[in-house]
Amino acid sequence: MENIKMLDARGLSCPQPAMLTRQVLQGLAGGRVEVLVDSGTARENVSRLAAKSGWKLSVESQPGDSFRLVLTK
Amino acid sequence: MSLIWRFLTSRWGPVVTGLAVGVLAPVLVRMGNPGNMGVCVVCFNRDIAGALGLHRASLVQYIRPEIIGFVLGALVAALLFREFKPRTGSAPLVRFLLGIFAVFGALVFLGCPWRAYLRLAGGDWNAIFGIFGLVAGIGLGVVFLRLGFSLGRSRPAPGALGWVMPAIMVVLFVLLLAGPQFGRDAAGNPAGPIFFSEKGPGSQHAPIFISLAAGLFIGFLAQRSRFCTVGAVRDMILLRDTHLLNGVLALIAAAFITNLALGQFHAGFENQPVAQTNGWWNFGGMALAGLAFTLAGGCPGRQLFLTGEGDGDAAVFVSGMIVGAGFAHSFTIASSPAGVAAYGPVTVIAGLILCIVFGLTMREAKR
Repeated sequence: MENIKMLDARGLSCPQPAMLTRQVLQGLAGGRVEVLVDSGTARENVSRLAAKSGWKLSVESQPGDSFRLVLTK
Repeated sequence: MSLIWRFLTSRWGPVVTGLAVGVLAPVLVRMGNPGNMGVCVVCFNRDIAGALGLHRASLVQYIRPEIIGFVLGALVAALLFREFKPRTGSAPLVRFLLGIFAVFGALVFLGCPWRAYLRLAGGDWNAIFGIFGLVAGIGLGVVFLRLGFSLGRSRPAPGALGWVMPAIMVVLFVLLLAGPQFGRDAAGNPAGPIFFSEKGPGSQHAPIFISLAAGLFIGFLAQRSRFCTVGAVRDMILLRDTHLLNGVLALIAAAFITNLALGQFHAGFENQPVAQTNGWWNFGGMALAGLAFTLAGGCPGRQLFLTGEGDGDAAVFVSGMIVGAGFAHSFTIASSPAGVAAYGPVTVIAGLILCIVFGLTMREAKR
């Protein structure tokens, strides 16, 4: 079964959502990482990080104005 | 509208915002603002603190419409693009103190990061020491972030909370236009409650509605593009991400060219407008400011833009900046063109110690 890493970055200030995501990605050669964020800024920062690190990204809107960012590689 | 949304959130967003600030700030100077102070978030909060009587430094009292515009411009953008999300609860008291000490450091240097870049673009080489200090302070903040520093999570809040800071800005604008006076004291000085400088930097300002329009425009752009003069350096060090840094470089380049075109570029250390020449404390003051802004999550402008999105924690930080600006003059902390003030250096050291303690001890509480 595929290993899925989860990160809840809702409510955290800049730069923590992107920084914590980076820490998770650095320990992985591939797989699936799901990041929960609740601001446009965090969504954009994590998206940029994913693109730069070679991870594919899909964004799903969640209830309560938050987003589930699914990173795969 | 979605085209504007996509453009401003693309890599070009911070660049366009930086270009707008870089052109508008020198133009505001040309139209009346103090030298190299087309935009200075800390200086302008200090002027507002003076206008409200929180300090009595008679040369720096004015309700700056640019600040009001920053918040309301960001509010308009946040409402239009559905990013108005009232929230609070992330260590507000610590953020209040960080706001106070960020301003202390910035007023020892005599400018926030925005003005540090604008001073550099105007030929004020004292800004070089300030910018080195800023980078050092941000670098120290990054170390704490890597060690696990966090002010904890904010939570969604009732809608009314998000409207408080925008409403305060509207009240400030009414006070600016009305300028209520309750007479004069026995010595013949104005008794307030609103004070406006009759000479000095506080008396120098562009026409009210031009300042307001510039602030609204910048606030709108910056909310969308996430422009941040501290995040620019932080993200470069921490994430090797130049997204925001490109905006700051665009600001400096545009301000340099605009200053040249307007005859406002004067290179040197001496006789620079609203500046002092002590390199050590220009460095130290901005190191404190850079550290405090980094721990709080963004530069003073970014904090204002966040209040326009309904961020109650950023509003507490902004309140700290205004209160701190009052203290900075009452406690003889803020520098003047004559040099560093009596209690500036010791306050910078105390502030650095306090921020280091916060950096080492503030962690997200486990539930």
